[in-house]
Amino acid sequence: MSTANANHAQHSEDVRQPQLAHHFDTLEQQYSSAKLGMWAFLATEILMFGGLFCAYAVYRGTHPEVFLYAHHFLNTFWGAFNTVVLLASSLTMAWGVRAAQLGNKPLLVLMLLLTLVGGCSFMVVKYIEYSDKWEHVSHHGSGSFSLFAGSRNAFYTEEGEFTDPTAVGQAVRYGESKQHHDEHAIAHTNQAGDLHDAPAKTLEHQSKHATEQGHQIVDATAAKTLDFKSVQTRPMPTDRSDIRRPAPAPQGLSEAFEHIGGIPAPYETLADAGTGHSVVTWEDLDDRQQGLVSQFFQIYFMMTGLHGLHVLIGMGLITWIMIRALRGAFGPSYYTPVDLVGLYWHLVDLIWIFLFPLLYLIH
Amino acid sequence: MPQIHADSPSHDEPHAVPLRILFAVFIALLFFTFLTVAVTWVDLGSLNLWIALAVAVIKAAMVCLYFMHLRWDSPFNGFIITISFIFVALFIGLALLDSVEYQPNYQKPSIATDTGGG
Repeated sequence: MSTANANHAQHSEDVRQPQLAHHFDTLEQQYSSAKLGMWAFLATEILMFGGLFCAYAVYRGTHPEVFLYAHHFLNTFWGAFNTVVLLASSLTMAWGVRAAQLGNKPLLVLMLLLTLVGGCSFMVVKYIEYSDKWEHVSHHGSGSFSLFAGSRNAFYTEEGEFTDPTAVGQAVRYGESKQHHDEHAIAHTNQAGDLHDAPAKTLEHQSKHATEQGHQIVDATAAKTLDFKSVQTRPMPTDRSDIRRPAPAPQGLSEAFEHIGGIPAPYETLADAGTGHSVVTWEDLDDRQQGLVSQFFQIYFMMTGLHGLHVLIGMGLITWIMIRALRGAFGPSYYTPVDLVGLYWHLVDLIWIFLFPLLYLIH
Repeated sequence: MPQIHADSPSHDEPHAVPLRILFAVFIALLFFTFLTVAVTWVDLGSLNLWIALAVAVIKAAMVCLYFMHLRWDSPFNGFIITISFIFVALFIGLALLDSVEYQPNYQKPSIATDTGGG
């Protein structure tokens, strides 16, 4: 293509570089072929995630109110934090590729290390998020995966803990959903017989059982210790630094409550009122929609889980690259693996760029 | 700095992306992340989703062009990735057309009384 290229080709016949495979003429040709292959692979990755995004789009398109309700269980702070972490690690990765191109080995290793730290932070936050949701489930002791089973998760607090039955958030939820649950608890007991003695036959029965237990705990303690009215009008906390505190109910619930005068209003009413916050509560969902809440979490876990798997794979690749870099494998004439792993890492970032607003910022 | 990719379509450009550009892109990405969160503080109806998506596409384009070097890369690589995005959009768009079209039928109690399915 150019004289520089031709010179290089002649040169490589004299002294063949060890990195150059026999079926390539020049390192440049090998590099651009490898890069083309990587881009083709990245395209298939995007198509694979495209399937999940499609599932997301269809379920959100057909059940917007379910998504609007369920996304309150995700913590925007952690989502945004992870976005920043991934962006920063993308920067250090791109910087590392630059360092490899310029033959700066110490800088390359440092940048790969920083990228790895970014990946670790991301996974730690993911672990916190996942284990919070896991706790909600296991604390019910029902053995059924309640979020998946779509059972009544109205007592779950947003990223909060269920260990303290007098937690404010639960009390708020309780206050709002008491009437609804009283009605349903009766219906369930009638259907399922004596749940307290008989071993539960199905997952559905187990989760109903768990919900009734939770109901009783809150009933006994919350009623005497908390003034519902003052709790509900309390302004939502803006300081999100202490995430592990007993969290409030899903954001905006209290505002919605004032706004409709204490009577749960259907989703459409809230949305049309145009008061800045259209909030969907558990009561706004009909029975069918309540059953569909699990779909949001299925999609959430599938998408973030597959993405998290990619982060882990990327971290493994970066470790491998870092070890090779320490041995001095890369320089200005050969840095293809650094570049390709960098592309992979950026793709992970790219997918998160779409996941974050779609899962955490539903409006 | 050695010119290592003479066969690149733009061999005048240095291939190592200048730090200035990397940091500028990073700052812009942070800004857009803040923007996408800030947009949710205002209720703009269905516009919220489209703004969030537009911001995400801008961010993705910046990552592709600068962090992933597509701006200086062979156009064919950019072509591949663009095509894959277009096909995903096509896939989702057609699926949405279909499911949104028939969803009202599912929600009629006379047709679907069971809570299963979707």
